[in-house]
Amino acid sequence: MADRTEYVRLTPEEQKRRRRRSLALALTLAAFCILLFAITLVKLGPGVLQRPL
Amino acid sequence: MSNSLADNRVEPLATAGVSQGDVSDFFALLKPRVMFLVVFTALVGMVVSHSDVHPVVAFVSLLMIAIGGGASGCLNMWWDADIDAVMTRTRKRPIPAGKIQPGEALAFGVTLSAGSVIILGLASNWLAAGLLAFTIFFYVVVYSMWLKRSTPQNIVIGGAAGALPPIVAQAAVTGHVAWDSVVLFAIIFMWTPPHFWALALVKSGDYERAGIPMMPNVAGPDSTRFQILAYTVLLAPLGLAPVALGFGGLAYAIIALIGGLGMLALAVQVYRLRQGEPAMRVAQHLFGFSILYLFLLFATLLAEHGFGFFRPVFG
Repeated sequence: MADRTEYVRLTPEEQKRRRRRSLALALTLAAFCILLFAITLVKLGPGVLQRPL
Repeated sequence: MSNSLADNRVEPLATAGVSQGDVSDFFALLKPRVMFLVVFTALVGMVVSHSDVHPVVAFVSLLMIAIGGGASGCLNMWWDADIDAVMTRTRKRPIPAGKIQPGEALAFGVTLSAGSVIILGLASNWLAAGLLAFTIFFYVVVYSMWLKRSTPQNIVIGGAAGALPPIVAQAAVTGHVAWDSVVLFAIIFMWTPPHFWALALVKSGDYERAGIPMMPNVAGPDSTRFQILAYTVLLAPLGLAPVALGFGGLAYAIIALIGGLGMLALAVQVYRLRQGEPAMRVAQHLFGFSILYLFLLFATLLAEHGFGFFRPVFG
């Protein structure tokens, strides 16, 4: 059965904007991870992983 | 198949309405200038609290208050896109300009709102997180959705949302709310009507076209001028309240006194000059000076408490 989905081609400017959005999202996610790591260290201390199992 | 589609940069037509927005458009949704005011007043709320909280916790709290403030601005733009499109001051905002879809702005705003409240709760405490959530709710639901289009008292009551950041900040670094941040709240709250009504006098045609019941359109310019004067008469002495409470020093007392007199002088001029170009010009001057006045009050408190310039007025 043939694929009836129609497609549109992004212009070079749209591609650039999408790339910039993706990059910003990636950087934000990385910053978010660093932020959570820092908060964890500050709130629970550097010995957070050194606890009895 | 999907890989080749990705390589050729094609999208199904069903999703062809996807974002045209650039990163800067999403940033503009956060109302950066309002966010700066939020960060600045929140920072002063923290500094006057003299808390011994860890700097990382203070930084993250400030960041989350900024993001929460930006998120509420984003949700405000989502809700008000129809009226933004007909006002000259706002028609270039990302949604009316067609750069960002309303659904994208809604998702962006809700995600940032929830994220900022949760992270603030985890990083500092849940009193601060609750206050931040209330601030966002108040600005988006009470002000934007309810008051803005229904009463000329919109910016008076809605001004509470813009005045809350020092209280949220103090709660974040101390775990409680004290009188000093409540006084800072009161100063911003009382400053809001003369500030916005001065702008509304100049832009009353804009607001009328958009159907927003701002004070000059409903009660008339003369009544607005009287109310600007009345609020300024209350604001000028209130600006000195930090001195009476002991957290405003000598420099602050001088700035608050001169600035308050300046506000009063301009408010009297706005009240007296009612016709033509001079009336518009003096309203614009009051609008501009009100920003400088609030900035100087808070900057002086920051200098006194953050950089050791505090000299007591009494004893």
